[in-house]
Amino acid sequence: MNPQTQTRAKVEHNGPLAILRFEGDVTSASKDAVLGTYQKLPPETKEILLDFSKVQYLNSSGIALVIQLLMEANKSGQKVQTFGLTPHFQKVFTLLGLTKYTSLHPTESAAKAAFG
Amino acid sequence: MMSKALTDREQAVTTELRLPSRLGYEKVAMSTAASVAGLMGFTDDRIEDLKTAVAEACINAIEHGNRLDASQTVLVVLSIAENTLEVKVVDRGRGAVKSSVRVPDIDRKMHGEEDLRGMGMFLIQSLVDEAEWVNDKRGGSYARLAIHLDREKEVSDEPSDPD
Repeated sequence: MNPQTQTRAKVEHNGPLAILRFEGDVTSASKDAVLGTYQKLPPETKEILLDFSKVQYLNSSGIALVIQLLMEANKSGQKVQTFGLTPHFQKVFTLLGLTKYTSLHPTESAAKAAFG
Repeated sequence: MMSKALTDREQAVTTELRLPSRLGYEKVAMSTAASVAGLMGFTDDRIEDLKTAVAEACINAIEHGNRLDASQTVLVVLSIAENTLEVKVVDRGRGAVKSSVRVPDIDRKMHGEEDLRGMGMFLIQSLVDEAEWVNDKRGGSYARLAIHLDREKEVSDEPSDPD
């Protein structure tokens, strides 16, 4: 039995926009789901939405993977918006400074609108 | 607030767990800590803070203290005394010291100048009222976290804005 719940990631594309919808736990075991999924996005992707609304558990190792995703997106000139985090994890992302590189939004529509 | 470990004379009520040194089992400690904090009357947001702090302390114990050695267990002791919930997370390794708590620098991380991980101790310290890391002279080490109900009361006692 693996006590670490698998992370599932679904991707939706719409022109330059990609939505990465994560489900389950985001932990050190989530490298393929988080970074692998990001790295398979088509090169025309310019805007990325991260959907955490179905994530049940997130720890600092999982957040490190999100930072790596933000780092790679930043290098590629892609913009990243985040939505679906619980108030607690919004607080954690803010404490760790991630909000400097991705804004946190309450809903998908608000996150999409933030791309302008 | 000054650090103050619970003592026998305070007649702490304790709950103990022994976790295998496998990542994922920290969720068992999280759930138990949440249940105990709920019984004590902590608010949901304080319970969420505690869950993350306990999970991070257990992950450190599993990964760094016991080095993922499945033959070693992580002991989690939850003690209630008066208005305090104390959680000790004990492993067999040489523990961290509080001076190694670093404030993560997101800019340095984003530029590859700082390890992407290493945020657990900072989170623990930020989310609970007391946090300390102790090396036991007899071997092993523990992280001690505590939250106080007084803080809940202080928040609820604040006068409401007349507007």
